[in-house]
Amino acid sequence: MPTEQPLTDAGAAAPDVPAPEVQAAPDTELRLRMYRTMLECRLFEQRTHELFLAGLVRGTTHLGIGQEAVAAGFAAAMRPDDWTFCTYRGHNHTLARGTPMTPVLLELVGKQGALMGTKGGSMHLTSVEHGVMGSYAIVGAHLPIAVGAAWSAQYRKTDQVAVCFFGDGTTNIGSFHEALNMAVVWKAPVVFVCENNQYMEYTPIRSVTAVDRPAADRASAYGLEDLVVDGNDVEAVYAMARRTIARARAGEGPSLVEAVTYRHGGHSRADPGTYRPEEEVKAWLSRDPIPAQRARLLKAGVAEEDLARVEAEVKAAVADAEKAAREAPDPDPAVATTHLWADGGAEWRS
Amino acid sequence: MAELTYRQAVARGIAQEMERDPSVVALGEDIAAAGGVFKTTEGLLAKFGPERVRDTPISEQAIIGAAMGAAMTGLRPVAELMFSDFFGVAWDMVANQIAKTRYMTDGQVSLPLVIRTANGGGLRFGAQHSQSIENWAMAIPGLKVVAPSTPHDMVGLMASAIRDPDPVIVCEHKSLFADKADVDDGEIVVPLGQARVVREGTDATVVALAAMVPRALAAAERLAENGGPSLEVIDLRTLVPLDMTTVLESVRKTSRLFTVEENPRLCGWGAEVVSIVAEEAIYSLDGPLVRITTPHVPLAANPVLEDAQMPSADRIVDVVTTTMEATG
Repeated sequence: MPTEQPLTDAGAAAPDVPAPEVQAAPDTELRLRMYRTMLECRLFEQRTHELFLAGLVRGTTHLGIGQEAVAAGFAAAMRPDDWTFCTYRGHNHTLARGTPMTPVLLELVGKQGALMGTKGGSMHLTSVEHGVMGSYAIVGAHLPIAVGAAWSAQYRKTDQVAVCFFGDGTTNIGSFHEALNMAVVWKAPVVFVCENNQYMEYTPIRSVTAVDRPAADRASAYGLEDLVVDGNDVEAVYAMARRTIARARAGEGPSLVEAVTYRHGGHSRADPGTYRPEEEVKAWLSRDPIPAQRARLLKAGVAEEDLARVEAEVKAAVADAEKAAREAPDPDPAVATTHLWADGGAEWRS
Repeated sequence: MAELTYRQAVARGIAQEMERDPSVVALGEDIAAAGGVFKTTEGLLAKFGPERVRDTPISEQAIIGAAMGAAMTGLRPVAELMFSDFFGVAWDMVANQIAKTRYMTDGQVSLPLVIRTANGGGLRFGAQHSQSIENWAMAIPGLKVVAPSTPHDMVGLMASAIRDPDPVIVCEHKSLFADKADVDDGEIVVPLGQARVVREGTDATVVALAAMVPRALAAAERLAENGGPSLEVIDLRTLVPLDMTTVLESVRKTSRLFTVEENPRLCGWGAEVVSIVAEEAIYSLDGPLVRITTPHVPLAANPVLEDAQMPSADRIVDVVTTTMEATG
């Protein structure tokens, strides 16, 4: 598993396909941007968790703390008109595509100005404007949906690519297999990304799966390469994203990537995740993607004060979002019966 | 004017829309090269090519999921579920994803798609290939539901379903596929949400859908021939949006209502129609609101049993006669 993969090699690993919209090897600016994206996700989610425990964020949350490199690495390799499909653990992916924090946090606390009028909540974050085509809360549903979007791009010849993120548990549900088969048969421009965070909710994935690598070991059944990437190394993820997205955009068909990572916290809400061995948690915490990228940037000559400035800016953005969330009014109850239909209403009698 | 079967009307409706709008595409099991197991998509592949008319694997979740993904990114897919019973396999896509996404995203996502399906009993296929699922779909906010009874309406309602900006389930009744009728040449569009009075009458209103429409009509003719009550027969055509204006107007005139439903008894569309009439027109009524349905059991494969289960013209005549004599 590549951890400190040299950047030049990472760029060279991409197939010989022109993709002028996305930089070949990440320059300092892009590397810093990926660091910033990861930090935005991390600090936003940490504050979200605090607001959940304080009773401001209601319902449920599923945090991706520890998994930010997957979202940031792929987002950096995507064109603005590419599509993200993700799961109920989707805060990171929504933010990584450029969705502003404030409407997202307003959606989580259920206040006016929310991303989706407060109707969706944490598990359904969607921002079509930013290519975030939905967070899906029924495991596996979005894989075929991503194939359909890819078909649309293929038919309309738009060169767009759909990137579909899901957890390790999804590899055991039927729609995973239906979608992979159809995507390969149709040569659909879609990249399937399994974020293997080792746990299917509360259960170790290895204890309920027939193979060791839940995604990669299934790839050959669909004639696909078994691609595995260190999901805690944002630059390795970026390289893999470039390679697979370029393949999709070139009309060469789908890919299935297994990004090996770890969920620092529990499955959802206030789950402390105590069912995980202490040693295991400790080992993975020491491989936190964010300090790793920070160290790498320092080593590459980025000044400490430049990193500190990014950190201060991200903290300020989270504080601004929180302020808005605390001050915004509740939604107008009349919103409850809007936008069922395209005409904006919910009438069922003609 | 040309004679058209109900099954040919399906293909004509789809072709009419594919010709006028390049964003209309079709997908499903055996729909392209084979022309559909019920021959309802014959000719589409030859006319529009494999990019627009796609055979799929037997993967109902992927078919309906792909239709959703295509719809949310600019296409107008027409997906076939070969038998409506297969909705059971793809129900997450239909009920959780397609129906709810526009609402949950506060209008960000549009899903102009059609799911068309061979629905209903009478072909002795047994309980897993004979169901009427229109009530399942009607119960989920966010789905429109259409069930044509004639070749003309099939063309026109298919056209409206494809043009509609929201998801529409089109129920094609299996026992009507061979029915023939003269259909106008040229473009046909029948708006969603408009019931049709197919026979005028004065003594009672009978509301029916799909294959129950010809049975209700046959019952009305038989009663008329025998000097019985004069029935007004309404073909509901669309369940969502539901045209209660036409039904209420008729009931206010006739003072009586019977619904004829192929569905099992509980929670059928007729119960909704009856409850609205009870709420809004009870003082116009001269007798009980009566639902004629299949008993609350699965449909049996045996012809004797299936015929005994589904409402027939005979049963409609009997129920109407008995009810009106008892409460005359």
